[in-house]
Amino acid sequence: NEGKELSKEEKQRLRKQKKQQKKQKERKNEKSETEKEKTPVSLLPPPRPVATQKAPSALPAPASAPIPVPASAPFHSSPAPSPADKPAKSKAELKAERRARQETDRAAKQPGSSSSGIKTKVPLSELNPVVKRLPEHVQVDDPAVVKRLAKKLERQQIPLRSDYGYKVSLFSHLHQYSRKAPLTQQLSIPSTVIHPSIVRLGLQYSQGIVAGSNARSVALLHAFKQVIRDYTTPPNEELSRDLVNKLKPYISFLNQCRPLSASMGNAIKYIKKEISNIPSQCKEEEAKTKLLTCIDRYIEEKIVLAAKAISKYAIEKISDGDVILVYGCSSLVNNILCEAFEKSRKFRVIVVDSRPRLEGREALRRLVQRGISCTYVLISALSYILPEVSKVFLGAHALLANGYVMSRVGTSQIALVARTFNVPVLVCCETYKFCEKVQTDSFVSNELDDPDDLMVTRKGKTQLENWQDVSSLGLLNLVYDVTPPDFVDLVITDLGMIPCTSVPVVLRVKNLDQ
Amino acid sequence: MGQLVNSDNRMPGADKEADLTERIEAFLADLKRGGCGTGPIRGSGETARETTALLRKVTAQARWSSAGDLMEIIRKEGRRMTAAQPSETTVGNMVLRVLKIIREEYARSRGSSEETDQQESLHKLLTSGGLSEENFRQHFVHLKANVIEAINELLTELDGTTDNIAMQALEHIHSNEVIMTVGRSRTVEAFLKDAARKRKFHVIVAECAPFCQGHEMATNLSKASIETTVIADAAIFAVMSRVNKVIIGTQTVLANGGLRAVNGTHTVALAARHHSTPLIVCAPMFKLSPQFPNEEDTFHKFVSPHEVLPFTEGEILSKVNVHCPVFDYVPPELITLFISNIGGNAPSYIYRLMSELYHPEDHDL
Repeated sequence: NEGKELSKEEKQRLRKQKKQQKKQKERKNEKSETEKEKTPVSLLPPPRPVATQKAPSALPAPASAPIPVPASAPFHSSPAPSPADKPAKSKAELKAERRARQETDRAAKQPGSSSSGIKTKVPLSELNPVVKRLPEHVQVDDPAVVKRLAKKLERQQIPLRSDYGYKVSLFSHLHQYSRKAPLTQQLSIPSTVIHPSIVRLGLQYSQGIVAGSNARSVALLHAFKQVIRDYTTPPNEELSRDLVNKLKPYISFLNQCRPLSASMGNAIKYIKKEISNIPSQCKEEEAKTKLLTCIDRYIEEKIVLAAKAISKYAIEKISDGDVILVYGCSSLVNNILCEAFEKSRKFRVIVVDSRPRLEGREALRRLVQRGISCTYVLISALSYILPEVSKVFLGAHALLANGYVMSRVGTSQIALVARTFNVPVLVCCETYKFCEKVQTDSFVSNELDDPDDLMVTRKGKTQLENWQDVSSLGLLNLVYDVTPPDFVDLVITDLGMIPCTSVPVVLRVKNLDQ
Repeated sequence: MGQLVNSDNRMPGADKEADLTERIEAFLADLKRGGCGTGPIRGSGETARETTALLRKVTAQARWSSAGDLMEIIRKEGRRMTAAQPSETTVGNMVLRVLKIIREEYARSRGSSEETDQQESLHKLLTSGGLSEENFRQHFVHLKANVIEAINELLTELDGTTDNIAMQALEHIHSNEVIMTVGRSRTVEAFLKDAARKRKFHVIVAECAPFCQGHEMATNLSKASIETTVIADAAIFAVMSRVNKVIIGTQTVLANGGLRAVNGTHTVALAARHHSTPLIVCAPMFKLSPQFPNEEDTFHKFVSPHEVLPFTEGEILSKVNVHCPVFDYVPPELITLFISNIGGNAPSYIYRLMSELYHPEDHDL
């Protein structure tokens, strides 16, 4: 009975399989391989036992993981034999699939051996072909991408924000918005699509009321908590899938208000993962409380406790009589200085600031309130003030996988001049800001702020008042820049004090943990 | 105020003296007032011309019988003028030029050439203990006329400096270049405008806070149809990787080939060196000063800190030290080329130019 049933489908499958194998054999014979340890004869041996298991998975397998297996074995094998490897690849692929499945089965049987399962998972997943799509906000000069985004936003009923002013040609691939035209003006008043706390958050981002990567992430997480509290699962839907879909238009909206930062991206990834991992039999109330506690724990661990750990390490580096230079307003660096002051270290601080944001004034206020003695200069006076400085503490917006530090524009200048004067540069950054992007200059991926901010009125005269009318004049207001790792002496993270080049190691360890 | 009135022949003697002192006082007042925020009221070229014109008047009207007396008078006036605004070095430079002119004319009248004077100086140092035998006491009839003629030549030279420098622009700028400059320099503006007549290129101007003179420079350049972009000071290193040349002006060229330039220039120079971008300084010869950089007291000039932290930040203002330096020192190793009215020079040649312009005994007024 079974034999008969099997035979019909089985025969079909077998026939398909044989056809495939024949094709591959022909292809292989055309290319006349030498390094085939798997001879053509061995192609036929996986007839029935493999075919039964493999047939359903053979077709999706090539689609999902074309390259993983030959790459996983000798990773440094040259790419030259790879086109010839195709027939053997599929076989090796099949073998790997089998191996992986056996491993997972074994792991499932032994609850304590999760590590081995992960070990085999890592080579497959990490060496997946990097089919990363470039984010839209760095492809503004490509009309196809812009059209695609417009369609997506229309589907999600979110207004599209238009660029403002003349863009410098080097940056034509980035957006440039005006602060005077926030996205919320184009929203209809009872906006059913977007949750009101998200609308408020978007407005706060675009007006610059909430600024700084930690502040933005925390605000985002709190807004998402409110969204989750107000959420009810519609009938016939699972919370784990529907909530993620609900969050997508919110994220697009926030992205339109102001491009997401690396820390926000990591937080969103975490939330989406947590939501998808909610088992389907979990009741709604229970699921919601679970999510809320997850978010609270994330904030507590990654931001608050991390800041405490970083302060602990950093205070070891501050000695009495130090003159410390800080740039702009980094919540983490301010935290470190206040803690050090409370532990009665004697030091004084020099705050360097730059136009047009002038964030250093905020840092100055916070430090002076605590009673720390401060000096204040603009970034053009850096060469004058640096001979007095003994250490430089900088905050970071993100740490890139090739060791570059992405931070507020001007940071790279400070690191450069400090290196010339032989002053050590210490960057303080929590691990949740590490991201897998790589970048070598400040052009390809950056943010352009409102160009009108550069105008200034001195003695009643604004020189650049009519800059829009002059066709050959452009204003450039960059927000971020990247500092090369040779300017940075030490990175202080919650995992310890590491050199700049160890960022990919930390990323790998984090991936394993997850 | 400060107008060149040709009234020598019409006014009687005592009034002439009063007129001269009045003009000198007005000039000193201008210098003193020019020490605030936005820089001197007139550019350094005009200051140099005004100084030279005043010195010519002093030569013409003061009572002197020999070159030595004249040099004493000029030195006295020079000291007064430099004391009014020590950071304005062109005043002192012009005084030294005039003194050198007087020495030359005296030597020519006496019949001996200046060459031997300079070469003999080492020999003189060893034999006579360093003091010059010359005390310039001889009286020559035509000395006054010669000196005034030489000062007129100096004035014509000063008039043509900007044009001379601008004429060299096409040798240094090719088309489709990206040039960076800092703040506002009239010399660089003329330089770039001259090149823009024939070539198309792009200029990035760093605004140079807190006075933001870069804005004025950018508006002037864009009116001459040059593609200009204004960036904040903080973005200098970020955009430097796309810049082909850095062309800057300076306030003073120091004796070792270094610069005393507007603040922020040292950062630009370091960023240019990191990216191996050539740094070109457009400076006329009257900015060359025999001073060496001493970073202690006299190098830096500070202006009111309210430019940096305005009084609106009242609560913290009293608890914070605020600095607003005006100048930066740029060491000669970071500079590639000096373009002046007598051509292009490397920084290592500056000491030689200085010995041609000024006499070593005059270096300390």
